[in-house]
Amino acid sequence: MPEPVASSHPITIDPTMSNAVTNAPAAPPPVEKVRVKVDGREIEVPKTMPDWQGKMQPTTMLQACKIAGVEVPHYCYHHKLPVAGNCRMCLVEFSTPMMDPATRKPVLNEDGSPKMARSVLPYEPQTPRGAIACATPISPGMEIHAASPATKQMREAVLESLLINHPLDCPICDQAGECKLQEYSVQHGQAASRFVEPKVHKPKAVDLGPRIMLDDERCILCTRCVRFTRDVAGDDALGIVNRGSYNTIASAPGRSFDNNYTLNTVDLCPVGALTSKDFRFKMRVWFLKETPSVCTSCATGCSVTVGSREGIVHRYEPRENDAVNGPWMCDSGRLNYRWIHRPDRLGKVLLRGAESDWTSAIAELAALLGSAPKGSVAFVASSRQTTEELWLVSRIARKLGALTDTVAREGEPDRLLVSADKNPNSQGARLTGVSFTEAGVTIPEIARGIDEGRIRTLVVLGEDVTKAGISSETLARVGNLVVSDILPNATTAAAHVLLPGCAHVEKRGTFINGKGRIQRFGKAIEPRGDARAEWEWLQELAVALGAVEPSRSIEGLFNRMASDVPALAGVEWARLGDLGVTVPV
Amino acid sequence: MTKVVDRSPLTFYERTYLPAILEGIKVTARHFARTVQGQNTAKDLSGGYYPETPWKVSEGYRGAPYLVRDQEGATKCVSCQLCEFVCPPKAIKITPPGPDGQAADRANAEKMPREFEINMLRCIFCGLCQEVCPEEAIFLRNDYSLTGLSREEMVYNKEKLLGLGGVHAGVQKWKHKAEEARAQETFPVKV
Ligand code: SF4
Ligand code: SF4
Ligand code: SF4
Ligand code: SF4
Ligand code: FES
Repeated sequence: MPEPVASSHPITIDPTMSNAVTNAPAAPPPVEKVRVKVDGREIEVPKTMPDWQGKMQPTTMLQACKIAGVEVPHYCYHHKLPVAGNCRMCLVEFSTPMMDPATRKPVLNEDGSPKMARSVLPYEPQTPRGAIACATPISPGMEIHAASPATKQMREAVLESLLINHPLDCPICDQAGECKLQEYSVQHGQAASRFVEPKVHKPKAVDLGPRIMLDDERCILCTRCVRFTRDVAGDDALGIVNRGSYNTIASAPGRSFDNNYTLNTVDLCPVGALTSKDFRFKMRVWFLKETPSVCTSCATGCSVTVGSREGIVHRYEPRENDAVNGPWMCDSGRLNYRWIHRPDRLGKVLLRGAESDWTSAIAELAALLGSAPKGSVAFVASSRQTTEELWLVSRIARKLGALTDTVAREGEPDRLLVSADKNPNSQGARLTGVSFTEAGVTIPEIARGIDEGRIRTLVVLGEDVTKAGISSETLARVGNLVVSDILPNATTAAAHVLLPGCAHVEKRGTFINGKGRIQRFGKAIEPRGDARAEWEWLQELAVALGAVEPSRSIEGLFNRMASDVPALAGVEWARLGDLGVTVPV
Repeated sequence: MTKVVDRSPLTFYERTYLPAILEGIKVTARHFARTVQGQNTAKDLSGGYYPETPWKVSEGYRGAPYLVRDQEGATKCVSCQLCEFVCPPKAIKITPPGPDGQAADRANAEKMPREFEINMLRCIFCGLCQEVCPEEAIFLRNDYSLTGLSREEMVYNKEKLLGLGGVHAGVQKWKHKAEEARAQETFPVKV
């Protein structure tokens, strides 16, 4: 897929969230406050607030309502997109303090309170005139009537108009269950439509790009998709063609909507107009269990939500994290989950080809490593392993005087999110001391050690070393090859001890991204077969070798690791939260 | 319309439970007397004794839920999975078609289930699936006595459910949508 054109507005990363060892934002500079009323309640809001690019702009009515805890329904507004103000869903009635035109002084009621003037149509003063909350700045003393009868009527009218040509495809629409049109229709709409004429029919199941399906009938023309691809992804691929009720979203003639960020428009689209081809008709969203997790496809480590049901992962969605990915993620990372359910997943503990169990395998490993002469063991771990697992490897290796390294994985970066480092946890490997700043520099030394007969035992975790500098011939010289992996490869085929491993959605742990953000991820599904989380058996082994004290849980293990690794000093599992903590790297 | 239900506390006599027990004995005694005289309600209604002569139920009786086809023989279910969600004992299991599943029988309904299973051992004939279905695709039919020799046999699959459900003619909204769209062939988009 072509790389998106350089964007003039790359993703805005909240500067207050990136550098400290904490996720408490630094004290913001003092901002002038304005007092406004929302539904009769007086609140104080900052005069300016960050816009979609983080630039300070006058606070809007919608932002003020949000601070007051009042939700204003909206379609076209999105806090990380330029304001368009075209859907009119956010219309609210408001009033401002009355001014005496002669003296320019506020007019006061008898009790001394300022007299308020409701906004009305100039030519029809008995009819309230709403304003779009998403684009109207507040002014001092303003009152926003977010629940007044006039506001309610405006919402009903907008929804009725949006539904005029809407197909009401809900039973076959993938958006049903997370559709803003459904939600607002129930909350703010009216039960019946007065429209009896035939609806305008538009193209359905339009192939917009390799990953996107478009249903024009369902589109409410909010232009979120257009603005995202133009202003964030930097690929001006979409637009609206035709006029009036024939308005239709389309890609530029002869162009496919195929940049590496297209699936974000599926999340952005408030209705089911843009849907993911990958997720199409796979599962209704209300069945999906949502587990906070991290994307493992590169060192950016976008925060994601894993949607799974009954042990099957159905989709990844970006989870908003201003210190990492904002609300977006790339398509290639989002779709990189299918391997979890590959039928050839390793699921059995094998001791020299014979089926075995974890207890005997760990006992044998402990005996093997415990009696190995110093320097005769080497570890090749993976930067796809969790930080806790890498730390356990480094502790065992330190005990045995073993060489350790990880395998580097490089690729093409882009301007937005994708990093050149394709490992999710290279920093974890560095900070725990499993690899040097440059991953993979020790591997030739390990290979030489094996060839010269110094290294008799090689432990490989989650990598195919035959593709990383240790040839099959060298591997055949290893006396004891211990391999833990998820999918079969040339190294697992040669293993003397084979331990089935877990995908990250099957266990808990943390990754440290390229910028030093430690993020934890949860367990979405159960491991396959006999597979066990690597940290569990690594810890058993490390305890048997006397390399660490046992911790009963991943929380305890993390905290023990944090007190041992200088770079993680002061970090605790409980403080990681869902968004993580940044450590200096 | 509100109906006020009288919930006055039980009297002392009622709290002894005797009246309820006596009422029960009266019913048993009545049936006993009728049977001794050679009369039987089931026999009166169906002309014989269950199970040799199955009980006749009236049209509209709400027994086992089955899938139905429309008047053109097309599967009505679009795999929206609302019935699966609402089913209290979780008797329904639907396998959605996925991105590359078979196309729906009705052109623009876009999808239908790959597999649809009802575990009749779990089903309590509550009718919520019929009530929730936006496609009028599942109905409680007249069967009330389902038997089988194994648990697996009691899990009815899509084919079996469609076979038992038969035809239920309806409004055919997808067909009408397609016709309406075809009538607007002047739609200006040509991209
Ligand atoms: S977009 Fe929303 S309202 Fe429209 S068919 Fe889909 S789920 Fe229903
Ligand atoms: S396709 Fe979706 S996001 Fe794009 S304009 Fe239509 S409703 Fe908005
Ligand atoms: S009748 Fe009730 S229990 Fe039976 S399948 Fe339908 S919803 Fe489930
Ligand atoms: S039977 Fe009805 S409710 Fe159940 S999946 Fe099919 S269409 Fe939906
Ligand atoms: S949110 Fe669309 S006009 Fe304000």
